[in-house]
Amino acid sequence: MTNDEIVLAIKDIIATIAPDEDLAHLKMDVRLREQIELDSMDFLDIVMELRKRYGVQVPEQDYMELATLDGCVKYLGPKLADKQLKLASRA
Amino acid sequence: MVSLPRVVITGVGLASPNGASLAEFRANLLAGRSGVRRYSIRHVGETLAGVAEFDALRYQSRKEVRRGTRAGSIAIWCAHEALVDAGLAQGRYDSARDTRYAPERIGVFPGITEHGNVETENQIHEVAQYGFDLAFWSHHHNPRTVANNPAGEATLNLGITGPAYCLGGACAAGNLGLIHGVQLLQLGLIDLALGGGVSESIHTFGIFASFKSQGALASHTDPTKASRPFDKSRNGIVVSEGGCLFALERLDDARARGAKIYGEVLGYGVNSDAADFVLPQAKGQAACMRLALSHAGLAPRDIDLINTHATSTPQGDEVEAGAIREVFADCPTTFVNNTKSFIGHAMGAAGALELAGNLPSLDDRVVHPTINVDDLDPACAIQNLVLGEPARVERVDTILNMSFGMLGINSAVVVGRPR
Repeated sequence: MTNDEIVLAIKDIIATIAPDEDLAHLKMDVRLREQIELDSMDFLDIVMELRKRYGVQVPEQDYMELATLDGCVKYLGPKLADKQLKLASRA
Repeated sequence: MVSLPRVVITGVGLASPNGASLAEFRANLLAGRSGVRRYSIRHVGETLAGVAEFDALRYQSRKEVRRGTRAGSIAIWCAHEALVDAGLAQGRYDSARDTRYAPERIGVFPGITEHGNVETENQIHEVAQYGFDLAFWSHHHNPRTVANNPAGEATLNLGITGPAYCLGGACAAGNLGLIHGVQLLQLGLIDLALGGGVSESIHTFGIFASFKSQGALASHTDPTKASRPFDKSRNGIVVSEGGCLFALERLDDARARGAKIYGEVLGYGVNSDAADFVLPQAKGQAACMRLALSHAGLAPRDIDLINTHATSTPQGDEVEAGAIREVFADCPTTFVNNTKSFIGHAMGAAGALELAGNLPSLDDRVVHPTINVDDLDPACAIQNLVLGEPARVERVDTILNMSFGMLGINSAVVVGRPR
């Protein structure tokens, strides 16, 4: 997966978890929870979806790495490098 | 004797297999329209069920629907609709915050037959796809399966901060939610109760499989004919989903705000057979009917309409018919009907839905029929059992609503015409 695809992958997961949110204008460098309504249960859903779709394990101590889309790209880049993008939302 | 405040029903919110409002539900009960259809669920395959159709997104966001349970969505729908019907809300999201009653003085009491089986089955199905690795077990499992889930979801959605929990009473539960609301109103602990019952049971394969193993699951080539209480060829239960919550207020409060009053809860009874896990007992049922009559200060002759619990099982219907014949032996103006013949068995919602379907009789004096009785089982013969077509009768001042459940729980509610 390229960096752009990782952003797509995360946005697709969020679209499933928070279907009422408009994700078109998400900023890369601002915390996701400051831009859309995401609580701790939603965040656990993101971690679960990464596990289910890509077999990626995110240990609890690393959760903060996923706070922004930039952080997701940086942290997940190596873990998703050899994975195929899987889109599940309406996209 | 302590004199308790009188409590009345001022709103009805419901989701039934043949109607998502009281008006639609009642119209279908008078027109003889069944809500039972073909239905498929994993492991069981093709079967029959009553499916409640309503627009969950009218009152919930998509995220709420996703996060919550079906029973939660049903409770939320019914709570909103009851408030709107009572003239206490405008039918928009967060509407309870606009009612005349403070949020902490509103209680939510759905009866449930069971809760949590749906989510547990879903999770086991899910982890089975991953070799039973529990890393894939959802963090949503516990909040979705706790026994207060449907009530709690309604409070989150509506901003209600008063007491809210479910009453587990097997298939007698629909009456329990209403009874509990009445009690807290009479104690002065709340000012408005949303009481009744909900059920998401058609989404658990286990309930179908268990009834099948018990020889109590209905089958019929025509789904609309499958639920046939009191008919000779009845062969079991049609499982249904749905819900009904009543807005309940003290009579004085209801009058003070000029509320429409459907009826007054005159009395109730709840007891236990202490006899068998699944088999109903005429003795306990008759005792429950007498308990409710006594609580209401009425004699059997004073009851104008009995809505039976009968679920279309060979044994259950016969037992109940026997109990009614015993208690109402000399009651020539007491009419009897059954609502499950239209909608199947809505489990925890059954008692509440069935009462709702008959409440309009207090106003129009029309008794909805029992359908699908092509050949009345003599063992189920009851005087004035209304079959096939609605009956217009002289008087419907009182309704006795019966609901029974496994482990021998019996419940009865008496509702009277507003006076």
